[in-house]
Amino acid sequence: MAEYRGNGSSLVLRRVTAEGGAPRLVLSGSCTLSALGQRLQPLSAKLAEYATDPALQWDLTEIAQMDNAGAVLLWRAWGERRPQHLLLRPEQEKALNLLEMMSPPPPPASRDWLWPVTALGKAVFLLWEHLTSMVILSGQLLLDALYLAVHPGRIPWREISANLYRTGAQALGITALVGFLIGVVLSFLSSRQLQMFGADIFIINILGISIIRELGPLLAAILVAGRSGSSMTAQLGVMRVTEELDALTVMGIPHSLRLVLPKVMALGIAMPLVVLWTSAIALAGGMVVAEIQLGLGYQFFLSKLPDSVPIANLWLGLGKGMVCGMVIALISCHFGLRIKSNTESLGEGTTNSVVTAITVVIIIDAIFAIIFSDVGIK
Amino acid sequence: MENGGCVIEVEGLHTRFGNHVVHEDIDLCVYHGEVLGLVGGSGSGKTALMRQMLGLERPTHGSIRVFGQSLYGHNRKQLRAMRNRCGVLFQKGALFSALSVYDNIALPMRELRTLDEDMIRRLVMLKLKMVDIDARHADKMPAELSGGMIKRIALARAMALDPELLLLDEPTAGLDPELSDGFVKLIQTMRTELTLTIVMATHDLDTLVALSDRIAVLADQRMVALGPLKEVINRNHPFIANFFLGERGKRTLANHVDI
Repeated sequence: MAEYRGNGSSLVLRRVTAEGGAPRLVLSGSCTLSALGQRLQPLSAKLAEYATDPALQWDLTEIAQMDNAGAVLLWRAWGERRPQHLLLRPEQEKALNLLEMMSPPPPPASRDWLWPVTALGKAVFLLWEHLTSMVILSGQLLLDALYLAVHPGRIPWREISANLYRTGAQALGITALVGFLIGVVLSFLSSRQLQMFGADIFIINILGISIIRELGPLLAAILVAGRSGSSMTAQLGVMRVTEELDALTVMGIPHSLRLVLPKVMALGIAMPLVVLWTSAIALAGGMVVAEIQLGLGYQFFLSKLPDSVPIANLWLGLGKGMVCGMVIALISCHFGLRIKSNTESLGEGTTNSVVTAITVVIIIDAIFAIIFSDVGIK
Repeated sequence: MENGGCVIEVEGLHTRFGNHVVHEDIDLCVYHGEVLGLVGGSGSGKTALMRQMLGLERPTHGSIRVFGQSLYGHNRKQLRAMRNRCGVLFQKGALFSALSVYDNIALPMRELRTLDEDMIRRLVMLKLKMVDIDARHADKMPAELSGGMIKRIALARAMALDPELLLLDEPTAGLDPELSDGFVKLIQTMRTELTLTIVMATHDLDTLVALSDRIAVLADQRMVALGPLKEVINRNHPFIANFFLGERGKRTLANHVDI
């Protein structure tokens, strides 16, 4: 096997006196980036020192190889012009010609002192843009829904069912785990307090109201927003990057009908069910701890629950779930469709989508709390 | 052409993806200073072979040596030094979309940690000049560029460390004829200025004929021909007959060489 040899020796400077007594600097060896390596900085200083002598004759003809980095090194040492006495080979001549033609890099943009104002203005416009395009998307979905009501044959059943499975069935595990643990913790902490007052029996009221009305829907919504919201945004974003969205458009298949509507409908159906599931598991967790901590039997707990928690709370929780589910899907799709075809935008869009979805879920919860403040509480 | 021995040496290479055999017993030596064109039909394993030469994938059997070093099982420092001597142009450019054009080219230079920022600035501008990109595009992001510009900037990035070995994966795919002619000229100019070894996988007959010193033809899992163009087209193989001597091939060859 013939071994490939490396670049040979690094650059060597040799100062000699030429015929006629003029000083001459002979450069030999390799003047390339890989050959110079760590010697680049000291060499740069040394060359600059030599360059201060205008009478010095530079002889580059013995340089075995010179690449761009080597040429720039010399060029910089010479102060961006050729020295008066210079001996070159033709290919080095070409490299230097290229450097001479090189335009100076553009100056960095001057700092704009109005930037806080412009940044604020841009943020406001961005918010306005988000709001309007969200309204447009919702309107489009409404029109699509009306269209589907007239043409039931065009309802995208397959997409809806696929989304139901992905956002609903596959979320059961994580929501059960989180729900159960929250139920356990809540029940444990409340039962300690209630024991002090001898009000053990009220654990059923506390768990029932708080979980069915608030915690179940909120937990489920936050988990689904993080889990399914991010995946919806990323999916649409990657479809943008790979031009699949454009392919759909040119086939005459509207995005809203095929991509957005099935997601919104599926999450609208799946979320109340996930909420029901999460609340049930959280209550089960609470019930287990109530039995251990306070000695309240399971049968007693379950038979007492309907008396202490009015059924309106359940409907409220399910309603919240449905609204949150549809809003999460809408926000995720909105951000997904806005992604531009580069990786930066994909990451940013997904983050924004999840953050916005979770924030909006909490806002919706607060709005529900205000509107239905006198419903379901005795 | 045989000055300095093999830059890339492939010995007894077998590649299998599951049950699908891609390469069977491939031997290849890329000589120092030559341009080797790699051709083959779709799915003939051109890209797989390139990726193996880069150490991105491992062959099932056989060895690949780059600059006389095996790609596997030696220390990180050596591997890094070897990688700094190779430049790669990926098919779609693979520019970092989070970085500007300037930073894309400056990145490998900064990673060396021997160059100061002033030197890097000059070098980046020089590379941009070399690939004929105006300095005002330096602050743009890759998403704002056209396909031809992305290819040229990716070449500038591949050339950032003045590599001795350049691997080009479909360098002219997706460029219009004028741009791909420009690309060919660019590579030719660079070859006169620097001693470059180039391995190029391509479908484009014009580029292949204009640049290659030798051509390797991959078909039926094997290397069916390896040698200068004249030798290759005289080999009797259905793929070669189809690729070089079909309607389009004849036209191209007539333009370039007198055979």
